[in-house]
Amino acid sequence: MNPSAQHQDAEGARLGMWLFLFSELLMFGGLFVVFAVYLQRYPAQFADAGRQLSLFFGTGNTVLLLTSSLTVALAFEALRQNRQRLCQGLLGFTILAAGLFLVNKGLEWHAKFQHDLYPGSQTLRQAPAGQELFFGLYYLTTGLHGLHVIFGGVILSWVLVQVRQGRIIATRPTMLENGALYWHLVDVIWIFIFPLYYLLL
Amino acid sequence: MGKVIQMGEYFRRGFLEPSGKQPALFDWIFSTDHKRIGLLYLYSICTFFAVGATIGLLIRLELIAPGRTIVGPQIYNALFTLHGVIMIFLFIIPGVPAAFGNFLLPLQIGARDVAFPRLNLLSWWLYIFGAIMALSALFGGGGAPDTGWTFYLPFAGETTTNVSLAVFGVFVLGFSSILTGLNFITTIHRMRAPGMTWSRLPLFIWSLYATAWVQVLATPILAITLVLILSERVLGLGLFDAARGGDPLMYQHLFWIYSHPAVYIMVLPPMGVVSEIIPVFARRPIFGYWFVAASSIAIAAAGSLVWGHHMFVSGMSDTAVLVFSLLTFIVAIPSAVKVFNWVATLYGGSIRLDAPMLFALTFVLLFSIGGLTGLILGSAATNVHVHDTHFVVGHFHYTMFGGGGFAFFAALHYWFPKFFGRMYNNRRATWAWGTMVIGFNLLYFSMMVVGMHGMPRRYYDYLPQFTHLNQIATIGSWILALGMALMAVNLLIALRRGQHVGANPWEAATLEWTVASPPPPENFEELPQVSHGPYDLKRAGEA
Repeated sequence: MNPSAQHQDAEGARLGMWLFLFSELLMFGGLFVVFAVYLQRYPAQFADAGRQLSLFFGTGNTVLLLTSSLTVALAFEALRQNRQRLCQGLLGFTILAAGLFLVNKGLEWHAKFQHDLYPGSQTLRQAPAGQELFFGLYYLTTGLHGLHVIFGGVILSWVLVQVRQGRIIATRPTMLENGALYWHLVDVIWIFIFPLYYLLL
Repeated sequence: MGKVIQMGEYFRRGFLEPSGKQPALFDWIFSTDHKRIGLLYLYSICTFFAVGATIGLLIRLELIAPGRTIVGPQIYNALFTLHGVIMIFLFIIPGVPAAFGNFLLPLQIGARDVAFPRLNLLSWWLYIFGAIMALSALFGGGGAPDTGWTFYLPFAGETTTNVSLAVFGVFVLGFSSILTGLNFITTIHRMRAPGMTWSRLPLFIWSLYATAWVQVLATPILAITLVLILSERVLGLGLFDAARGGDPLMYQHLFWIYSHPAVYIMVLPPMGVVSEIIPVFARRPIFGYWFVAASSIAIAAAGSLVWGHHMFVSGMSDTAVLVFSLLTFIVAIPSAVKVFNWVATLYGGSIRLDAPMLFALTFVLLFSIGGLTGLILGSAATNVHVHDTHFVVGHFHYTMFGGGGFAFFAALHYWFPKFFGRMYNNRRATWAWGTMVIGFNLLYFSMMVVGMHGMPRRYYDYLPQFTHLNQIATIGSWILALGMALMAVNLLIALRRGQHVGANPWEAATLEWTVASPPPPENFEELPQVSHGPYDLKRAGEA
């Protein structure tokens, strides 16, 4: 391999990560634009559809993600203070929260399907135009977000293994930092999804 | 290190020297050396270009006479769709930035590699996977996609052809483009050699920098648009289905929010190439360095706000049409700034008309024609008249091929000696250039005229009164193909038998010419200390 490939530039790695996060935000931005346009066109139908989402699951998942964002940030601090065990524990908790989020999401989707609320379903075909669009966007946006939760979980698990093997250490924390940044992105996107879809009255 | 060849002169193969540790192919496809990745892109891009050009020739052959000539309507639809997908996503978008950008970016800023060499290799692999997916949509059940490269919904959601596979292929290609963009931005920010200030950056780097931002900021919108097409086809969400409350116009907005800025991904790096070549061959520093550099950024910024001009007859509000029309005219300003600065650079210079310069000057001419006809399309009233006619096809081939394509050839002829350490036959290159210019103008100018007369695009058939101009265009396509074949043969011969050249055959002043040709694997033994600007030709040869 080209030896210059091994040079370390923490600042550069961080810059690259931020650029990547920008591109992710813009990708979700496309979905939010579609949401905004259809919300403007069908405000009443969107509000009706939004009321059918479960505030219980939504709020639960918001709490989970916010907490996990905190723990991953604490894991980074713990690593910088050389407290390896604490760092690993906090990372483990974050990954657990990612798993719980997905379980919740699965239960929530399952319940929606039980209530015949999915694009193309009998109920939505008969509902006023706009409700089906709402649920189409809901599944697409939360589905894409769910994929990012999975990616985030995988990335953090990999980071955890690296920390255990001593490849990510206090003087070289960039991998953990970038993994945490990615997890914050997952959190931030949810912070927009939650009010837009669940708190729409 | 060196090898003795028959003429007794020593030469080094630089980064081209095989490692000897593994099969030569692996040396290439798993290399993280930006120069090798650049050449990987170059070879793959040229291959896809040949495929796309062949399809283009078939399209022209079909149009040589009215009625069915060689293919029926369904295959004709597939042909222009694939021609578009290949030329846009596999040739012109990655063309200059991925091939020449990869090779030259670290060399021109005095670095040993890009910021993320492994990510760079991953980009190439994604490019190849995406290309294979998009091309394999040609075969297999359902038949080749017939939607046009724009994949407009609702048709793209309903057609039974292999649209899903092609769309997923393009999604992967987009990912590759984003990764290259963020790699380049980070490299330019973090890895400039000591003394390589922003005001000493070669203009090619400025254009890559502007392009990289467009890649990072616009491509994600393409990604989500493609996801929406897939969700429409696979899940049947009906988000753009008017019968279910959706709006097909939304799709067109999303698609062009990416695809118009993509035009600047295609044309900014070529402008950078021309800004490198003209000063060297006119022996004058570039006129108005900061204006040329800033106009790249201005084009990237303004160009991101003009997508609506593709939709003047799609049913947007009149206000939107007016605003987009105005913004479109604004893009013409920085583009014209560049053209005037190139011409001012030539003024009073001692101009040397070698092959790279001929191609670069042709870029200026053809791109100006393409740009000016763009204003005819950008003003709402005339647009309605020529919308979706061959005039549009002629116009964008003048910008994309006359601009992007000719700059790609200019770059190929300019940096060929640097890449391979050998020189091609300049006489043959000039003949190839002349043939291509004649063929090109016969082909695309006839298209614009026949479009003005009202011949629509994307039909395999036409009214008899268009026959004459279509025949001229088809003959032009043969002359153009002949010229390109001659160019390819000339360069391939040079690859094996060209004369060896030194580090700086053109006496240019940018950093890549201070290292051997081909460059050593690590580019610079010691990072250079930069003490003068990129067009300080009097000091060419010094670091």
